[in-house]
Amino acid sequence: MKTKSLINFFLFFLLAGSTLLVSAQEVQEKPEAKEEFDASTFILEHIADSHEWHILTRKDGESVAIYLPVILYSREKGLDIFSSKKLAHGHEYKGYKLEEEGELQGKIVSVNSEGIVNEENLPLDLSMTKAVIGMLVAALIGLLLFLSLARSYRKSGISHPKGIQSFLEPIILFIRDDVAIPNIGLHKYEKYMPYLLSVFFFILINNLMGLIPFPPPFGANVTGNIAVTFVLAICTFIITQFSGNKAYWKHIFVPPGVPLWLLPVMIPVEIIGLFSKPGALMIRLFANITAGHIIILSLISLIFIFNSLSVAPVSIIFVIFMDFLELLVAFLQAYIFTLLSSLFIGMAMPEQH
Amino acid sequence: MTGTMAAIGAGLAVIGAGLGIGRIGGSAMDAIARQPEAYSKIQIAMIIAAALVESAALFAIVVALIAK
Repeated sequence: MKTKSLINFFLFFLLAGSTLLVSAQEVQEKPEAKEEFDASTFILEHIADSHEWHILTRKDGESVAIYLPVILYSREKGLDIFSSKKLAHGHEYKGYKLEEEGELQGKIVSVNSEGIVNEENLPLDLSMTKAVIGMLVAALIGLLLFLSLARSYRKSGISHPKGIQSFLEPIILFIRDDVAIPNIGLHKYEKYMPYLLSVFFFILINNLMGLIPFPPPFGANVTGNIAVTFVLAICTFIITQFSGNKAYWKHIFVPPGVPLWLLPVMIPVEIIGLFSKPGALMIRLFANITAGHIIILSLISLIFIFNSLSVAPVSIIFVIFMDFLELLVAFLQAYIFTLLSSLFIGMAMPEQH
Repeated sequence: MTGTMAAIGAGLAVIGAGLGIGRIGGSAMDAIARQPEAYSKIQIAMIIAAALVESAALFAIVVALIAK
């Protein structure tokens, strides 16, 4: 792109923005005070999981949303499946209510016939929320990509790559040669390749989907949900423990070269280290992705805080820059989760001395 | 009050992360200057180390968000 046309582009934006600023100042009287734009609730609503997929809010306050199914199981009433439209705006349906404020905010509680909320026994909430639908769509995309890859191998054999093969094959080979083999070893890495590849592509696809705001299956904050990253960390933890050999357990409970009186300190420390490594995996992925989303949402809500259109070009340029950074973070965090998982699996099988 | 303290805590954590990643970047530049052929290997190692240091700062931010 020629520099001159780039400069013209910027000057046009500045000029257009300044004219809009002038026109905004001339409109003095407003019919009634519009309510203040609350940036923090705006941001938290977009980060948190929810039972409905909010698309837009019309001028008269009505919201256009896709209402996702609510699946509840409680011991008294059994299984209940209904649309979350019945619970919108705090209405009560079939003895269930979505709490809007207070301690149990955002959770579904059961209300008995007098209207008293039962705070001890919350029903088991197995609903298909935004994050669940996002995960399922990501799994579907992954399935489609890799099944078509496998089919193209079956048809033409291991020949020179074309099409989707040429994109996915280098990544798969990279994970095998640079992540799995150096960390797990040449003899044992094959058993763990399915898990490492699945976790890498699952996290990658979900990160990328979280960056696209529109249309509905994209834009669900899946990997920024700590429950999802918790489960991924638990998967790594379980696989690591089940592949531990005798030397591994010996290193934890009888660390070599440690005098006997130091053991009551060393063993709890080693056990804490056992749990802190998956914990770090969980928090690292959650915090990176959520922080990125919060930054982008804050930059966009700058426009609404200043309430003038001339902030828009500046804000959008910042958001584009942050989106590139977020793209890098999406790939990097998927890679680091996979790398550290393979490192822990490799450390669970140390060579016998 | 806890909101302000949380914000100050998050800011302090970012100081640590900034210093750490700055040092990683500096050593990476020195290494590349010594041996320009190894550029891609050094870059990969630098990015991994930077992501790990950044995750320490993000632990602090998560704690600040919880404390608020």
